[in-house]
Amino acid sequence: MPIAILEIVMDPSITISLLLLRLREGGITVNNHILEMKGISKEFTGVKALSDVNFKVEKGEIHCLIGENGAGKSTLMKVLSGVYPYGTYQGDIIYEGKAQEFNNINDSVKAGVVIIHQELALFPDLTVYENIFAGNEVKRGSFVDWNETIVQSKKLLQKVKLNVNPETHVKDLSVGKQQLVEIAKALSKDVKLLILDEPTAALNEDDSENLLNLLKDLKKQGITCIMISHKLKEVISIADKATVLRDGKTICTLDGTEAPISESVIIKNMVGREIEDIYPKRPDKKIGDDILQLFNWNAYDVELGRNVVKNVDFHIKKGEIVGVAGLMGSGRTELALSIFGNPKNYKLSGELLWNGKLKKLPHTRDAIKAGIAYVTEDRKGNGLFLLQDIKNNVTVANLKGISSNGIINDNEEIKVAGEYKKSINIKASSLEQNVGNLSGGNQQKVSIGKWLFVGPKLLILDEPTRGIDVGAKFEIYTIMNKLISEGLSIIMISSELGEVLGMSDRIYVMGEGEIKGELAINEASQEKIMELATQ
Amino acid sequence: MALFNEAKFLIKENIRDYGMYIALFVILLTFSILTDGLFMSSRNISNLLDSAGYIAVLAVGMTLVIVIRHIDLSVGFAAGFLGAIAAIFLTQMGVSVYITIPVILVFGIFAGLFNGFLIAQIGIPAFVATLAAMLIFRGALLQVTERTGTIIVNDEKFNALGNGFIPSLAEVNGLHLLSLIIGLVGILLYIYSEFSNRKNKIKYQFDVVSKGIFTLKLVFVSAVIAYITWILAGYNGFSWTVVIMLAVVVIYHFLTTKTVLGRHIYAVGSNPEAAHLSGINVKKITYIVFGSMGMLAALSGILFTSRLQSATTTAGTLFELDAIAAAYVGGVSSAGGVGKVTGAIIGAIVMASLTSGMNLMGVGISYQYIIRGGVLAAAVIFDVMTRRKRG
Repeated sequence: MPIAILEIVMDPSITISLLLLRLREGGITVNNHILEMKGISKEFTGVKALSDVNFKVEKGEIHCLIGENGAGKSTLMKVLSGVYPYGTYQGDIIYEGKAQEFNNINDSVKAGVVIIHQELALFPDLTVYENIFAGNEVKRGSFVDWNETIVQSKKLLQKVKLNVNPETHVKDLSVGKQQLVEIAKALSKDVKLLILDEPTAALNEDDSENLLNLLKDLKKQGITCIMISHKLKEVISIADKATVLRDGKTICTLDGTEAPISESVIIKNMVGREIEDIYPKRPDKKIGDDILQLFNWNAYDVELGRNVVKNVDFHIKKGEIVGVAGLMGSGRTELALSIFGNPKNYKLSGELLWNGKLKKLPHTRDAIKAGIAYVTEDRKGNGLFLLQDIKNNVTVANLKGISSNGIINDNEEIKVAGEYKKSINIKASSLEQNVGNLSGGNQQKVSIGKWLFVGPKLLILDEPTRGIDVGAKFEIYTIMNKLISEGLSIIMISSELGEVLGMSDRIYVMGEGEIKGELAINEASQEKIMELATQ
Repeated sequence: MALFNEAKFLIKENIRDYGMYIALFVILLTFSILTDGLFMSSRNISNLLDSAGYIAVLAVGMTLVIVIRHIDLSVGFAAGFLGAIAAIFLTQMGVSVYITIPVILVFGIFAGLFNGFLIAQIGIPAFVATLAAMLIFRGALLQVTERTGTIIVNDEKFNALGNGFIPSLAEVNGLHLLSLIIGLVGILLYIYSEFSNRKNKIKYQFDVVSKGIFTLKLVFVSAVIAYITWILAGYNGFSWTVVIMLAVVVIYHFLTTKTVLGRHIYAVGSNPEAAHLSGINVKKITYIVFGSMGMLAALSGILFTSRLQSATTTAGTLFELDAIAAAYVGGVSSAGGVGKVTGAIIGAIVMASLTSGMNLMGVGISYQYIIRGGVLAAAVIFDVMTRRKRG
């Protein structure tokens, strides 16, 4: 043992934490990690979400986890919190010096790891105190002690600096305050490691500020915090450390304790990769007149009570691929839905011009009839009929095309579905295979085939390559190029910057429901898009 | 041996579709043995089918309602009430039977559309909306029969629907000729449709079963049709109830499998959101399905009134639950999007067979309820298990 260490260790007045500090000052690393995730890999039916991720968090720090959508942040946190139980992933989780095998969320909560998801898990019709102790009730004997519950709730609310009556119903609180209730709930469980998944995504500036200050307070009380965030300014202001994930891999961990982390460094690490040769060569383009124009377009969501699309001016020309970039929740899907017959019944205002003429599309039927098709982001949830076969799925949006007088011509249907199976290369044993049994890429091709059979002029693709492998991606890009050379226009909503840059002619960047910027393809770069999106 | 293996494989793959046929077969066989063949006598089978009729038509409509993820509790008393109205038309108002029946069916459609309005337009859960309608129809039934009590119907043509048989033309060896002809035509149509179907599938290079299995299936189904025809021909031939039941199945089978409307119904059932985004008018489909349910409730009421030759104050009690049970036994899935109308008929026949067989054996009514409940639970457990295995 070197003499320097001996001196430090022998000093009787020294406390453990000081000891560790001294040791570190002396250039000696001592493991003070509350959490160490080693070599974590996680696969979803053939798609690698995480591969060999290493992630370390020190006790008492605020550690930000950043990366593009789909980089694997949420997956990693779900592995940590036991949402994906032990055994469904590879690698080790070492928490408080012990290897852990969390089989469910209860296990991780018992160990003091609490995750607050982006979508809050509160019961809107219950009161604040009922929510705080839901699943963790204060009991006297085998009955709930409501008085004690309220008393303890008040203490917890003070801790998170939320000045509301604990008997208020959660639905009557603003989102910012609900967020604080979630944190109070976490504190009630003796949290040691608090994980927040984009806590400020739905908050306004004041509420965000408030929340960040609270996190700093909690840090003083010794609570370690992992925060997933897309807002880089926040990250810079609050993070002791920041780990960047990309494509399911750890890229680097940046230290912000001495000098603040620089935004450009983060962005560079986030986007990192070059646009490789994964995009097919573009055909010669014949770009025509505007097919769709939006002026001062707004969509008000009655349930959320706010505008999900704000003052959007937008246009797309015949034969053009327009990329719409932005982070999750930036209003891209909402914009698409507001054009595609408004299935969510937003209150719309502004002007929509279709082929230069003012047009109203009150129902998806009208949008389809006009020639708009929308391939949804969530193909399993609201895109496909998983229990039905390929041919039924391909023809469902245009049964008129294969029927006369309302009676379906089975042979015609088989012919049509067979043609699409061939032309967009759906790999399946037969047209009668259930769509639920196909791979993600082939499901996506079925979705696209379904909409091509409608004969659209404008195709909206929402995250067209999410969750599918590189080979299938290439095929989908090739189909897109073929379609625009046939005179279609494509709006491509995508969180994958490479894809946006590789395929678009023009790019809109959205944030908070607004168009934050429009970039021509030759002036666009991943950094510029990220900068606009995280504004 | 290869044939046997293929058959085993097919049954395993399509257990969901074949399950209830196998169950029906087992039930029929069991009762035949337990009753020394009395159960399969011409007279009993004829009665059994007639008594299944008014539940079977309800089960067909109920299957579609459950396919689109709703439920209709009002159909029992709707049937009772509309049956009473039919009786009033025929007796007190002296309306001709040829006018009464279509008018009652139209009333039924309106009753169903009212449910559809509450559910699709106002957004009330189907369970609650139709529960309310059930109470209303029950009250209405009491109201119209209060003054007179049971209304006796004397119209012979009307009563024939529930009790009469199709004309025989001539007797051959004591067998009913027209029924034999219908059975024969049925077999020929079946064989023709199977052959053309197979030809088409081969043309498009779809998988088809081997020739052996194909022949086996043809022979088996033809034999079943022939046997049933022969049994019925030995008594009074096909009853009007059976003819109506067959007509309803054929029409609804065609509607659900061959038409745009049918596709839309199943699309709405299997994924309402995706259906909406595919430009399908989900509200319209809900209206249509409830409208059809109402019409079939009216038909059920007509059949029941005609069978009893009278309208009673309690007609229709618990029909809805029998229909729901028949639909579930027939393979409809509570998760929506899955279920065939042919299954509903089989389900209704299974339930009627249980009642009839246990009656013949003299099983007490208390045990009958318990056993029928057990069969229903088993059917749903089977449904959940087969689905889990696939998912």
